Amino acid sequence: MAIIRPAGDFDRTYPQDMALLRQPWHYGLLALALVAAYTMPLWGNAYLVSTAHRIAYTVIAVQGLNLLTGYTGQISLGQAAFMMVGGYISALLVKHAGLSFFLALPLAAVGTGIVGLLFGLPSLRVKGFYLAMATLAAQFIIPWLSRHIFTDYLGGSSGAIEVPVPQIGGFRITEVNHFLYISLTVLLITTVAVYNISRTRLGRALVSIRDNDLAAELLGVNLFTYKLRAFFIAAMLAGVAGALKAHSQRGVGTEFGYSLTDSIFFLGMLVIGGLGTNLGPFLGVAFVLLLEDLADLVGAGLAAQLPPEFAASLLTSFRPIFFGLMLMLFLIYEPRGLAHRWQILKAAWRLRPFSK
Amino acid sequence: MNWPLVPQQLITGILNGGVIGLIALGIVLIYKSSEVFNFAHGHMVMWGAFLTWWFAGAAETGSELLNLPLWAAVMGALAVSVLLGLLIERMALRPMTGQPLLSIILMTLGLAQLLEGLASIAFGVEPKSNFPAPFSPGDVLVIPFPGAFGDAIRLKYTLVVAFGVALLGALLLIWFFNRTRTGLAMRATSENHEVAQSVGINVSRVFALSWALAGMVATLGGVLMAILTGVSLNLATVVLVAFPAILLGGLESLGGAVLGGVLVGLSQALVQAARPIEVRNSAEIAPYILLLIVLIIRPEGLFGQKRIERV
Repeated sequence: MAIIRPAGDFDRTYPQDMALLRQPWHYGLLALALVAAYTMPLWGNAYLVSTAHRIAYTVIAVQGLNLLTGYTGQISLGQAAFMMVGGYISALLVKHAGLSFFLALPLAAVGTGIVGLLFGLPSLRVKGFYLAMATLAAQFIIPWLSRHIFTDYLGGSSGAIEVPVPQIGGFRITEVNHFLYISLTVLLITTVAVYNISRTRLGRALVSIRDNDLAAELLGVNLFTYKLRAFFIAAMLAGVAGALKAHSQRGVGTEFGYSLTDSIFFLGMLVIGGLGTNLGPFLGVAFVLLLEDLADLVGAGLAAQLPPEFAASLLTSFRPIFFGLMLMLFLIYEPRGLAHRWQILKAAWRLRPFSK
Repeated sequence: MNWPLVPQQLITGILNGGVIGLIALGIVLIYKSSEVFNFAHGHMVMWGAFLTWWFAGAAETGSELLNLPLWAAVMGALAVSVLLGLLIERMALRPMTGQPLLSIILMTLGLAQLLEGLASIAFGVEPKSNFPAPFSPGDVLVIPFPGAFGDAIRLKYTLVVAFGVALLGALLLIWFFNRTRTGLAMRATSENHEVAQSVGINVSRVFALSWALAGMVATLGGVLMAILTGVSLNLATVVLVAFPAILLGGLESLGGAVLGGVLVGLSQALVQAARPIEVRNSAEIAPYILLLIVLIIRPEGLFGQKRIERV
């Protein structure tokens, strides 16, 4: 991503060149944003806090997908299934092994990463549409397994198990207010990690695979290991997101979603936000989740005006219609997503009054 | 294995697979003319089934006025689905010409969501059990077969007729692609848009035509599926097994798609003849396991072409 800077703004030292935040006011802005986010339970209402939590863990899952699809160019239709794996691993570890949630979370990440590796194996030989099919298979096989094997542990045909709430010492984290602190902190860690992956050797190798895999191989990028690394990290982040979701919803399983539709939504959020940009997941997830809530509101408002036999179908149909339309419009008119729009806006602000 | 069940499941699987094969053909059809993987095909199938149900006079939608017999309802649905196909091509896929594969796949996924939402507004979310059936469930063809369960194979007329129609449709399509000018023009377009244009093929008309045709094939498949299983929004997910089918057969091959469909149908039926309950329940994922195996062993499918790529 070419960074457009005003004339005369040069990096003179290596630390300057490598800095994530270049200007002093960047630090100020970041501190302000963090304070605003972390104090949200104090000033926000219940809807705002729960939405912020939902956005936070969804962003983590989409960040993983961004590494795999946005940077490496491997289409994955299985991110929601990997989230479920993470949720299950974390839940079972806390429930049956008696581990603390804060130990179970990284273990869930690694465990999900290994499952992700399994389904990433076909990526050695196939790409594009074929790989989409392999991950589609994951999206069908994993939820099926959760309902049919080890029914005592995984919930069986009811498709759900109860998940204990995390504890620190004797303090039980039951409220979404407190959960927001955890998800924000995890999001902060994953964001720094993803940001650094994208601009170091690993990230550049992944981008070269996306742009031309044969050329990348000739340049010495080992396709197989790098693709597997991308799959591993993507599944890991999905696992983290799944664990956060499962513990805050106090349940995990097919009852709680994790369907093909969710996977498609993640891809859509990524495209709407901007494929292969670090800002993309944030913008896309916030945009789509808020749009969904708007769709629910509009649907509910319309349903109240109409006879009850139409109300039920209106309520469920607005979400896919809004999302589908938005995704199609973005693909036609702004395939580079909201992140690109943001860049254009920034450039226009700098070039004012000479922006077109 | 529960051997006495095997002959029955074998035949049922092949017959069911024929219908899946026809649905898979709709996807191959689009791919062969425009290199688009249509993930919305399942939803086009669902729309075809719902449209037929609506034309046939469904009490819930208040369209008793229409109350058409099944064949007329199918004709009506075919006409509407041609328009739907043309509309999709013009509004959604035409602007995507030349875009990368990922964008096109995402476009069809977005389209699938849109079609799902519109279907649930237009037809309601509840599954419909009152699809006009040409035969009663009791109409069964009994073929004596010593050694099988009950010493006979029982086949529902519905299933046999659905297979027959699917096979006829598939043969017609294969003939169309191999023997008619338009079909050959479609194949040429798939190879290279510019070359096709330079030999006088109207490429945009070929695209439109192939989507219209795909709409018809989808509707036909939808009607056959609806006769077998009933109509619901879930139908779109059920017929996603057409994707494993085309991968098994190879993306380029029409005959392969049908054969892939039959293999998928067989895999779904044969697991039900197994003894352990876990295996018997795995009918819905059996095609995907088969898909993973094929992807690892022979990624280009049974009849697909191996493409050599250059930098």
